[in-house]
Amino acid sequence: MPYNPALVAPMREEMVHMGAQELTTGAAVDAALGDQKGSMLVFINSVCGCAAGNARPALRLALQHGVKPQQVVTVFAGQDVEATSRARQYFAEYQPSSPSIALLRDGEVVHFVHRHMIEGRSPQLIAGELTKAFDKYYGVAV
Amino acid sequence: MSHRLSGRPLHTDRHELHGVTVVLDTRGDATYVGRFDSQDEHGVHLFDVGVFDPATGTREAYLRRSVQFGIRVDRPELTVPTSDVARVIPLGQLEL
Repeated sequence: MPYNPALVAPMREEMVHMGAQELTTGAAVDAALGDQKGSMLVFINSVCGCAAGNARPALRLALQHGVKPQQVVTVFAGQDVEATSRARQYFAEYQPSSPSIALLRDGEVVHFVHRHMIEGRSPQLIAGELTKAFDKYYGVAV
Repeated sequence: MSHRLSGRPLHTDRHELHGVTVVLDTRGDATYVGRFDSQDEHGVHLFDVGVFDPATGTREAYLRRSVQFGIRVDRPELTVPTSDVARVIPLGQLEL
């Protein structure tokens, strides 16, 4: 059952604040991820304080890096159920977890951060791993 | 407000492993990977649990797959009696 929208609103706003486009319907997911070109980060947001509470600040830090994805989109697991389910179909070889992060390039998943890679790690550490992936898959800053 | 929410667990009165994806090795042959919820007199409670099946390969290969592709959930929840638990370690800290 979805959480109270008032509870998750700040978690949504945090993502929008850092420039992420919220995808709340399956159609919106298809519009963004279908025939996707260039670089894109997909964040599966979650209400979980243990993991998402570090993942969102980590993303904010990582997105200040010189090399970053051209687009950042987000769906909210347990909240926007249809959109989340549809998004996961675009990286179906990876088992669902939330929060999680998929890095895409021209429609292909090039890097995936599962929930277990986020748990117990500081935002700085997670951001460091993400920026390494940005450099590796999206080019090196000069 | 949103900045204050992030980085703070919503519940602070739980087991230190609450919400963490762990590998649970039993004193027998069974190995489980799942999200640690709690521990009480009935044992360790896990959610979204993957069960290692020796018929599909080695334990190490199973854990490697779980690290790379995530946990395929075989059981939505599971309680393992504490007396059967040999080791619990966060999946993210596993060295393979």
